[in-house]
Amino acid sequence: MMVETENLTRKFGSLTAVDNLTLRVEKGEIFGLLGPNGAGKTTTVRMLCCLISKTSGAARVGDFEIGSEENALKIRKIIGVVPDNVGLYESLTAYENLDYYGTLYRRTDAQRKEANEYFLKLLGLWEKRDVLAGTFSKGMKQKLAIARALVHDPEILFMDEPTANLDPEAAKTVREFILDLKRQKKTIFLNTHNLDEAQRVCDRIGILNTKLMAVGTPDELERSVHGRKTVIQLQQVTDEVLNSLKKLGVRSLAREGNKLTVDVANPEEENPDMVDAIVAAGGRVETVTVTSSSLEEAYLKLVRESEQ
Amino acid sequence: MTDWIPWKIARKELKVISRKRSIIFYNVGLPLIVAVAFSLEVKNLTTSGIPPNLSQAAESIIYLFVILATVLPSTIAAYSIVGEKIEKTLEPLLATPTTDGEILLGKGIAAFILPILSTWIAASIFMAATDYILRSAGLSYNYFPNWNAGVMLLLLAPLASVLSIEIAVIASSRVTDVRGANQIAGLMFIPFVVVFFLETQGIFTFNVGSLMIFALAVLILDAGLFFVSKSTFNREEILTKWK
Repeated sequence: MMVETENLTRKFGSLTAVDNLTLRVEKGEIFGLLGPNGAGKTTTVRMLCCLISKTSGAARVGDFEIGSEENALKIRKIIGVVPDNVGLYESLTAYENLDYYGTLYRRTDAQRKEANEYFLKLLGLWEKRDVLAGTFSKGMKQKLAIARALVHDPEILFMDEPTANLDPEAAKTVREFILDLKRQKKTIFLNTHNLDEAQRVCDRIGILNTKLMAVGTPDELERSVHGRKTVIQLQQVTDEVLNSLKKLGVRSLAREGNKLTVDVANPEEENPDMVDAIVAAGGRVETVTVTSSSLEEAYLKLVRESEQ
Repeated sequence: MTDWIPWKIARKELKVISRKRSIIFYNVGLPLIVAVAFSLEVKNLTTSGIPPNLSQAAESIIYLFVILATVLPSTIAAYSIVGEKIEKTLEPLLATPTTDGEILLGKGIAAFILPILSTWIAASIFMAATDYILRSAGLSYNYFPNWNAGVMLLLLAPLASVLSIEIAVIASSRVTDVRGANQIAGLMFIPFVVVFFLETQGIFTFNVGSLMIFALAVLILDAGLFFVSKSTFNREEILTKWK
């Protein structure tokens, strides 16, 4: 387990920013924390990175419990952070930015040289290594900020809205790089409010709106709201066909012309039985498709529920 | 020294500062202008021979370099923290395994080096020019260097400079813009100006003994303020309250 929280809570005066957050992130997993602005995503990351204190609850990052200054230094050694504001030294070059952070992580000259060259080449910035970071485009700055968070080979990478404010091409480059890191078995804790991004790169997603509303794989979250549906297109819907499905005990059956929509819990088991019953009742099946609600629907439903 | 984290932070700060023309001009140009202006003042004083109050005038001018050493570092010290806040570079820095003490010490070293070197170079130019002018006016020995100038420049000026830096760090942890921090830190020169006026009124005398006592008082203040500046530098407050 790389990150584990138990009823982690943070209050700012009377405002509760994060409320009893309990979650677990496995080694090598990309975990996405999805939520609207002000949901507590940044506060969660800041607590886990020991930048701000918790009000109550407990959390572990790697082998260390957050909460003491001694452990804070140990945790900061094993994590890399890409904050929502890239925060580069604009009057330093790309190389100088990386090299400075390498020194702060106590890397040797040889280690820094190797890491700086590796990441600048990997992210296509090697040719621009001696150019001031202040002259870079947003996408280049974001890539440099990611490289900066990786120069010390951290065990866990915390990324706060890494593609926010980027143009689609730059965002795609950053997402592809995150997927590269996944292939390298890096553990990544990704804050985002971009549903598409979460679905594309995350192994599991937690939906946060001060409280954790749901957690699961993108598929599990999609199914959790409306479940899955089987849509059967027939040549003709007859009473015999409808009765045969009702005899199977289907949970809900909706008819629209010659199209039937049935709620299913396990389509792999239920669909063959339904097709057999329809055929036995004299029906002719044209197509059978399985649909589920989108992550967007699941997200919106959970967020709205939490706000009521 | 090269693997010492505060020194690494100081080297980065110096690199950033070296690319800020206004800071360089203020910290290098101003002391040189002061050195030349005071040298010309000594020249004016000696147009009709060696003045009887030469000792007091020359040492008052050397003391003004101590005041200069309190004014110069505040710009760099204030910029080094509020500047990070403005450029939003503080969060990634605070997420590294560096301690508050290392960060403050590194920034303090960077704010100390350039102003004190500039002060020493400018004072050396002034002393060399004064010796040349006084020799030309008939003085048979070199007036500078002397013990008073040595204590003022090598002991009092660095300690006063450190005091100014600490005040700037405390101020920049509380305000949100460089100018505000700089203005508060700039007020640090007032006690030193008061001492200057006491000296011109004959109430305080610049001699090795009184200067050593003054330096000791500043040293005690320096030590106390280091702990205050460390406790004022609150990571959480910086990240959650600074906008």
